Amino acid sequence: MLNAVPLPAVLTLAAALFCIGLFGALSRRNLIGVLMGVELMLNAVNINLVAFWRYFEARYITGQTFAIFIIAVAAAEAAVGLAMVIAVYRHYVTVQADEIDRLRG
Amino acid sequence: MLANYAIVGIFLVAAISFPLIPLVLAFFLRPKRPTPLKTSTYECGLEAIGDVHVQFKVQYYLYALAFVIFDIEVIFLYPWAVAFQVVGLYGLIAATIFLLMLFAGLLYEWRKGALEWV
Amino acid sequence: MDALTIPPVDLGLIAPLLVVVTWATGLLLVDTFFIPVGRKKLTGYLAIAGLVVAGLVGLPLWGVSGSTFGGMVRLDPFALTLTWVFLLIGILSITMSLDYLPRQDIEQGEYYPLIMFAVSGMILLAQGADLIVLFLGIETLSITLYILTGFAYPRLTSEEAAMKYLVLGAFAAGFFVYGIALIFGATGSTRLSEIGAYAADRDLGDTNLTLLLGGAAMVLIAFSFKAALAPFHMWIPDVYQGSPTPVAAFMSVGTKGGALAALVRLLFEALPTLNAYWLPVLAGLTALTMVVGNLGAIAQMDVKRMLAYSSIGHAGYVMLGVMVAGEQRGPEAFIFYILVYALSNLGAFAVLIALEHQGEEAWQLDDFAGLYQRQPLLAVAMAIFMFSLAGVPPTAGFMAKFYALTAAWEGGLPWLALVGVLTSAIAAFFYLRVIIRMFMTEPEGEPAPELNRGLTIDIVVAAAGTIIIGLIPAPIFALVERSAVALGG
Repeated sequence: MLNAVPLPAVLTLAAALFCIGLFGALSRRNLIGVLMGVELMLNAVNINLVAFWRYFEARYITGQTFAIFIIAVAAAEAAVGLAMVIAVYRHYVTVQADEIDRLRG
Repeated sequence: MLANYAIVGIFLVAAISFPLIPLVLAFFLRPKRPTPLKTSTYECGLEAIGDVHVQFKVQYYLYALAFVIFDIEVIFLYPWAVAFQVVGLYGLIAATIFLLMLFAGLLYEWRKGALEWV
Repeated sequence: MDALTIPPVDLGLIAPLLVVVTWATGLLLVDTFFIPVGRKKLTGYLAIAGLVVAGLVGLPLWGVSGSTFGGMVRLDPFALTLTWVFLLIGILSITMSLDYLPRQDIEQGEYYPLIMFAVSGMILLAQGADLIVLFLGIETLSITLYILTGFAYPRLTSEEAAMKYLVLGAFAAGFFVYGIALIFGATGSTRLSEIGAYAADRDLGDTNLTLLLGGAAMVLIAFSFKAALAPFHMWIPDVYQGSPTPVAAFMSVGTKGGALAALVRLLFEALPTLNAYWLPVLAGLTALTMVVGNLGAIAQMDVKRMLAYSSIGHAGYVMLGVMVAGEQRGPEAFIFYILVYALSNLGAFAVLIALEHQGEEAWQLDDFAGLYQRQPLLAVAMAIFMFSLAGVPPTAGFMAKFYALTAAWEGGLPWLALVGVLTSAIAAFFYLRVIIRMFMTEPEGEPAPELNRGLTIDIVVAAAGTIIIGLIPAPIFALVERSAVALGG
């Protein structure tokens, strides 16, 4: 059963998910959508890590532990991001990224 | 290997057809006599008024954010639980330190009033 | 189940880090429970005390080399010296915030523990010997900085800057971890030394080499973003302009120091054998960074934005040291430059704070007109910082630039050193412009507000440091030489 799904297939899935997240983060105008895209990117990485762990010998436990760290850090980032979206929303009354443009680039 | 997928496939087909068949049958067998009342969104209950994007109380978000943080951080206890038998005292100390840090966060939140529903 | 062998943990090796983190956590609670609103300066003093204690705890560790937590965290003179530099950056940033926050009506006790947490992230970056630790360090630093950037709530520019920084930062984090996952897939380890050994020992084969290179490229993109190397520098001017000035000051030196310290380790412990691949890319990025940063600064009439662009340019000079860190002079130049840049830049930002009135921004070039007549000492201090940033002798900035350029020249990148010299010449133009405004034009507008104690200490320390290191650099040279030995060997 170990190699029922070949590693490249899983890696392709992760890469696809990462690209979807990347596209989402770049193309969404809604800030929540951007954060969701980023979250998708991070979760794609988790798939990668766990796949590598499964495919290697089990002694490379690093893959699993790192995935846990990523989940935790992603949650912290999301919490800060959402708190900021709320703060921005209460002032601008919008979550559309391109309507928030007081600073000139 | 393919056999494994076949089982998944059979399950998939069964799972889809199980609700689909009664729905299709009902569509053909049922009498059709629509009245305005029947086609309304809620046959019993009130029509929704206004926009769905109402502003919730800010406490709601604070609760949600605090929940996200604490809910996810507990994931670090999971490896400890799995390896509980072998990590012994060292694991216990490490987990205690970790929980103390979470507790510090909780204390902070409590003191800041984020846990109160005003 | 087999008994698990737990790697020996030597907490002594992470003593400064441990002090900073526990102190910050404790301070957060002490602040919320015991320190009344309106007396939050006390929290600031306690935070400074914590950073000083962390520095003192590090003293007996001088000369110690070792790793702990199964090789995930390393202590050597390189890390220790950088730790001290980071603690100094933290102390100076807190000192200049003490009066800034109440003046801007944004005084919250959490500010000071947050700075401490950011410093702990930087220390972790200097000590990390494992990609996971580097990730945690970079995220500790970044997430606290997102909050600090938005600290001037409800000022809209601050919130907007924080939001931009967060979105782009989270983006970079995604690239970083994806890169790490690929490197892990290629080598089966996240330990820097093991990756290096794996890449050196055997023929990688096409698949693994592709994975490793792809991973390294993504990690490099993330680092370039954090350290603001062109073309990943776009966020810098907006974020600096919007964030509270002390935070911008802290960010300009902190993220660079932390991220590039980690980059030194990554390049020379994990990827030295792939040197042929990354060196040209990084050299190109560095050249572009120096050009873009310094050319961009010329167009700015807003001094805060000018300093933002100048910080991009300086990232390029720091990179000169990073790229030749395989030689003895590389890490030396790196540490020396970070220290000198920290002093000069924090000083320049402190002068900006002194000129900033309640709620309104006074960073236009015209606001500096005739500063010499209004506040002679402030103008002289600003002139020292500008000379230092421009690299004019006898200031420390000249020594630092000279050091970095010669390191690059001797390290086999003479063309890059030439680019550095040329861009420095361009840079002199916009730094001297500020000085000319201060000394040669008539004052317009009211005199600058009274300097308060925290800012005065800050400016005096920074100016004195800049001059003294410029005149008598020998002790600092000796220090950085001994710090660099461990890494070169």
